[in-house]
Amino acid sequence: MSVTYLEAIRAAQEKALTDDPRVFIYGQDVGAFGGAFKATKNLAAEFPGRVMDAPLSEDAIVGLAVGAAIEGARPIVEMQFADFSTVGFNQIVNQAATLYYRTEVPCPIVVRLPSGGTLGAGPFHSQSMEAVYAHYPGLVVMTPATVEDAYSMMLEAVAIDDPVIFCEHKLLYYHLKADKLPDTAQPVGKARIARAGRDATVVTYSAMLHESLQAAEDLLEDGWQIEVIDLRTVKPLDTDTILASVARTGRLLVVGEAWPWGGVNAEVISRVATEGFGLLDAAPMRLNARDTPVPYHPDLWAAHRPTASVIAARLRQLLTQ
Amino acid sequence: MVTAVKAKSVACNDLDPALLVRAYRVMLLARATEDKLASLYRAGMIKGGVFLGKGQEALSTASSIFLQKGDIFGPLIRDQAGRLAFGDTVLDTFRTYLGSAKGPMRGRDGNIHRGRPREGYYAMISHLGALVPVVAGGLYARRLRGETGVVGVTSIGDGGTSTGAFHEGVNLAAVERLPLVVVVANNQYAYSTPNSRQFACADLLDKAAGYGIAGFKCDGTDPIASLETLQLAVQAAREGHGPQMVVATLLRLVGHGEHDDAGYVDAALRQANVGRDCLEVGARQLIGSDFATAEEIAVWTKETQAEVEGALNIAQREKGPDPADEDWQAISTERLVDGHHDLEDE
Repeated sequence: MSVTYLEAIRAAQEKALTDDPRVFIYGQDVGAFGGAFKATKNLAAEFPGRVMDAPLSEDAIVGLAVGAAIEGARPIVEMQFADFSTVGFNQIVNQAATLYYRTEVPCPIVVRLPSGGTLGAGPFHSQSMEAVYAHYPGLVVMTPATVEDAYSMMLEAVAIDDPVIFCEHKLLYYHLKADKLPDTAQPVGKARIARAGRDATVVTYSAMLHESLQAAEDLLEDGWQIEVIDLRTVKPLDTDTILASVARTGRLLVVGEAWPWGGVNAEVISRVATEGFGLLDAAPMRLNARDTPVPYHPDLWAAHRPTASVIAARLRQLLTQ
Repeated sequence: MVTAVKAKSVACNDLDPALLVRAYRVMLLARATEDKLASLYRAGMIKGGVFLGKGQEALSTASSIFLQKGDIFGPLIRDQAGRLAFGDTVLDTFRTYLGSAKGPMRGRDGNIHRGRPREGYYAMISHLGALVPVVAGGLYARRLRGETGVVGVTSIGDGGTSTGAFHEGVNLAAVERLPLVVVVANNQYAYSTPNSRQFACADLLDKAAGYGIAGFKCDGTDPIASLETLQLAVQAAREGHGPQMVVATLLRLVGHGEHDDAGYVDAALRQANVGRDCLEVGARQLIGSDFATAEEIAVWTKETQAEVEGALNIAQREKGPDPADEDWQAISTERLVDGHHDLEDE
């Protein structure tokens, strides 16, 4: 018996609905159909009136969630693809993200963003939006990379009083598996050392964790021990764990699937450069997707985003600097 | 089931005199408050803009005066009167414009961006139309909790009806059959843009039919007509007939903000029925119906001015927020605050 990343997200939503009568789910096709990816499969039948199809209106879906949160509800809303959250962007960054600061009334909503590239998905079903939302004050941005985190962080996302942007990676939905759902969870906001090492630090998150772990494994053949840090949440960013790792290894590569300009990778490198410059034995490096829309053709897509072999090659450069 | 649009014309004879008096006194208070805000602005005593609702007091008062405790009100820019009718105070108005730490926004937001969401009084953001789905969401959550008879009112202008958020919000409210009243103040201009550059339908009320919701129209310069129309709309929403759209015709008698002389307003409109001052219309209605005398109105006006002066004196003595005392925290969960800021250790 095993559980996938997607099943974990579904199970966490089911548990949230079971445990807390304030929770409801609202989004396109999330009702009887069970969602475009089946993340809400059977939940509408299990919780009548609490898992509802929404009109095709991302702005109104998020706006509804904000109003419901003001009245004490704990809505989970699904943007069918992260890319479409741009249509609900104003409600997320100007309404949800400012409510607590302006009025002292917290805004406990969860906005689920099925994120990242998959084969053949193309420019508008592949985006990674975490940096855009992390830029705005007032939002917590979660980027789970494991089945366990997908489950426990979703529960935490519903439980905390602030708006959470929950970036779940579509590439992990079906293939990433665990033996069972976790009983315990690492605190949200703390990064995790996914693999210990002494020669270089890779800081990464979401699907790129798995590419990075593969690259670290590849380098082991040459005797290099690579430490891999899974950020888990990009906001807050656990700078202390990153700096402590860089203090041990002296070398830093940051890997993300999002675009390069002003993103999570840029923020990590900026913090290490300003707060831990003396810890570095070599200039820090980063790997992002290329600065173009996400291409459709599998060959183009494979060359658009970092992969284990690209990460391994970059690590070899970093280690010989 | 789709409700047919019914554009009602309302007779002016069965309104409770006490209600008209109460509404008129709110209108007076709003006007006096805004006149004071305008002079404070001219004296350079307010930082940032001042946005007034002169000419819209009758409609705005009518928008919220039928709401009860537990209802939701999401006012917009020109709703000083409706805010007061819903329970906002002149003191909190000045506190917010002057940035008092004791105001509901504590200097973190200003002017018309104020509210007390816990009391059903939602705080607008500047993006027009954005409040429509939020008020709908408040009503949705109330219904989910099993509460019935709750009503939400929000307002919008002619310009705001062009936004995607307005469309998405009204459509969603219609699909969910929420007890939402959307008051459209067609004041002929969105900032400087006339209706001819804003929409192409013959009447904004036509939009109600498109959403499958009930529609009402009224003369927004006429307090009795505005009150009677909103009374019907709020009652219909409360009784479970789904969203109601009220389109009122009037003219903004000031600029978009006090920085704006509104020189773009067609002079013919100012002279037309639509350009009437609703306070003058209301005074004539009160006196003509023997609900009040000119002397009584003069006394109310004086009392109102005294209330405004008193509130201003208090607000002016209050301190603004001290940056050193601020927590500079945009989320409520302390342990999830991202703690690396360049200015943190300054």
